[in-house]
Amino acid sequence: MRFLAFITLAALCACGRPPQPPEQASADTTAAALDSAALYPPAEPVERLLVATTTSLYDSGLWAYLEPMFEEEYGVELDILYAGTGKALEWGQRGDVDVLVVHDRAREEQFLADGFGVSRTPFAYNYFVIVGPSADPDSIRGMQPESALAAIHSAETTPFVSRGDESGTHAQEKRLWAAAGYDYDEVQQAGDWYVEAGTGMGPTLVMADEMGAYTLSDIATFLSYQGDIDLEVLVDQGDAMRNVYAVIPVTAARDSAMAANMVTFLTSPEVQQVIGDYCTAEYGRQLFTPAAGQDL
Amino acid sequence: MDKLAEAFGISLRLILSGDPTVVEVTLRTLGISASATLLACLLFIPAGAIVHFASFPGKKILISVIQAFYSVPTVFVGLVVFLLISRTGPLGSLGLLFTRQGIVLAEVLLIAPVMLGLVISGLKGVSADAPDTLRTLGAGRIQMAAAVLREASPAMISAVLLSFGRAISEVGAAMMIGGNIAGRTRTLTTAISLGVGKGETAESIALGLILLSIALVVSAAVHMAGSRSR
Repeated sequence: MRFLAFITLAALCACGRPPQPPEQASADTTAAALDSAALYPPAEPVERLLVATTTSLYDSGLWAYLEPMFEEEYGVELDILYAGTGKALEWGQRGDVDVLVVHDRAREEQFLADGFGVSRTPFAYNYFVIVGPSADPDSIRGMQPESALAAIHSAETTPFVSRGDESGTHAQEKRLWAAAGYDYDEVQQAGDWYVEAGTGMGPTLVMADEMGAYTLSDIATFLSYQGDIDLEVLVDQGDAMRNVYAVIPVTAARDSAMAANMVTFLTSPEVQQVIGDYCTAEYGRQLFTPAAGQDL
Repeated sequence: MDKLAEAFGISLRLILSGDPTVVEVTLRTLGISASATLLACLLFIPAGAIVHFASFPGKKILISVIQAFYSVPTVFVGLVVFLLISRTGPLGSLGLLFTRQGIVLAEVLLIAPVMLGLVISGLKGVSADAPDTLRTLGAGRIQMAAAVLREASPAMISAVLLSFGRAISEVGAAMMIGGNIAGRTRTLTTAISLGVGKGETAESIALGLILLSIALVVSAAVHMAGSRSR
């Protein structure tokens, strides 16, 4: 009897479909409970397209705009997963997602060369920036990115928070260390000031803020976090800091035509316009520069 | 401190106003954890009873192994299930990755040791002297097993409760298997995790309070049901 009470309780919640009609909740016989739990009704519409996007794009909130537009135009349920570029590529390799939206050209080209991706189409870019506390203890403001990293490294006092998650931003950071003349393995071992967060762009910014640290960020994520954190943009120049987002349909996609639609969608004039306008009024500058058709 | 108080105020407003996203995530989380607990009951209460009532070589070792897995890390279960149900994995064709059903599967595996172990030790607690008494009253094997199960039901209830609590509060497997997809696989714990990363303190506090309340309500409800039928 005591069990039955729990099972009935469970039956009330066993549906899992969020907006639950009351008549469904009243199906409280044990049989119904067992049935719904064992089969777990296929609530998903059959058509769903899984897109793995970089955390920087996800945290900027752009997908919340694009998702309903795509769903309406192509009549498909779009599921957005966020992960660093490294993890997104891994999902693509396993065929767990249908489309990748990532930002690390070298690894993207390798991914294509290995036969895991159909094509690589750049559709937008912005810039990486080095942000830090406004007091700027290592005086890096206005420097070239390579000199800024060198200054942070030689001071060894102010923490530098690295994404440390094999994301596109992490790859960019490694490129900058190399350009500054450092061996990355040595940087990782350099001391307590070098902090590997192992997490997304947003959490990394929050962590850097808490620690009064420097970090490398894309400008879009930084601007969308600006109100909540006290960090400032200190270094924002050089072509070396360009951050290009590209879309790659996965070879193993469940529905390759639908996956290809994402390329058409992101490079279409209307969506390019939306991307270029996204939050421009709010921040007084462009978060993403449309780049369809450019070789980046 | 002001900021925290403000976030707390907003979080209460979110809950009291029945914010659609908060309601949706809460119902989904309850559905997933309840399904996992229910499935685990169906599988592991009989399985625990079989282990307890049957005698076979290696029984003691099996029970020790089950108990050793009580605190299996949730991210490890997440990793194993991910490798199983990923497209290229042995169960890849089922298409369970990034679905609620996938999370249910991971949670069933996660709570299996706790439920099995507590069912077995619950039965052990009553059956030491009960069988003799019952046999003198002329009970058959099935009747005896049923009587022992009935005696053990308070222990079973705590097994169910603890399992539900572990399922609803875990974040590692839900994140890895569900992927925290908005409107589909986002649960209370993964939403809190994302919210903290985004610096959305109020939402995270709201969801945390709900998670806490669910734990308290379920616990109270089951205890009430238990004491009434006693």
